[in-house]
Amino acid sequence: MSMLNLTYEVDGDDFTRAGEASSAVKKRLRSLGISPEAIRKVAIALYEGEINMVIHANGGRIDVSVDPDKITMTLKDTGKGIADIEKAMQEGYSTAPDEVRNLGFGAGMGLPNMKKYSDHMEIDSTVGVGTTVYMEVYL
Amino acid sequence: MTPVEFANKYDLEILSVGEGETREIRGIYCCDLLSLVMGRAKEDDAFFTVMANVNTIAVGVLADVACVVLCEGIRPDELTLQRAKEQDVTLLLSQKDSFRTALDLWKELQR
Repeated sequence: MSMLNLTYEVDGDDFTRAGEASSAVKKRLRSLGISPEAIRKVAIALYEGEINMVIHANGGRIDVSVDPDKITMTLKDTGKGIADIEKAMQEGYSTAPDEVRNLGFGAGMGLPNMKKYSDHMEIDSTVGVGTTVYMEVYL
Repeated sequence: MTPVEFANKYDLEILSVGEGETREIRGIYCCDLLSLVMGRAKEDDAFFTVMANVNTIAVGVLADVACVVLCEGIRPDELTLQRAKEQDVTLLLSQKDSFRTALDLWKELQR
């Protein structure tokens, strides 16, 4: 049984609200006394995931569970899926549209950052069905 | 040096004070590509940018920087300013470019 379970729906239409779920998770983790280093890793990994959901998948759902030894994040969407995961994992590879780039995103750093800041990550994606990203940060 | 001390000494405008009176700046990061900032700015850095949109604030919060310094006199819109205040992000405005503003801070950090 986890110490804490959190669920957030990510709104796919509103780019200005991206980050709300990550910020909320960050606050809750702080109140639990989780180390700042672990919180930072979770916050960055989640925010990148949130941005990806807004850009590519018209939103989705984030589940976070906190256990004594780790924080688990599951990001599930029913978007268009990732055609080539290996390519998507390369820094600089991006399929984001220009309007997203104009906001300072879409540089092809999202998934690489998620990999960098989580201690374990798995991606399950089917084109036309959606993507689930599973990440763990160890405490 | 705290963000507020820096702002007062070098004549930057304090748009949102956040924790700027108590938090120590420990490093500098300059970049306008938020995707890079997320991965590379360090906790307690002062983050210099001309990207003045609401996502800049989110990145500032999540990367846990000491302050966000908007350069070249580029003002944020109302939503961005409001978000900075809500999230306790220290937001400063410099009329100089990123390099010159960061250089002033760099000199202070070397003392």
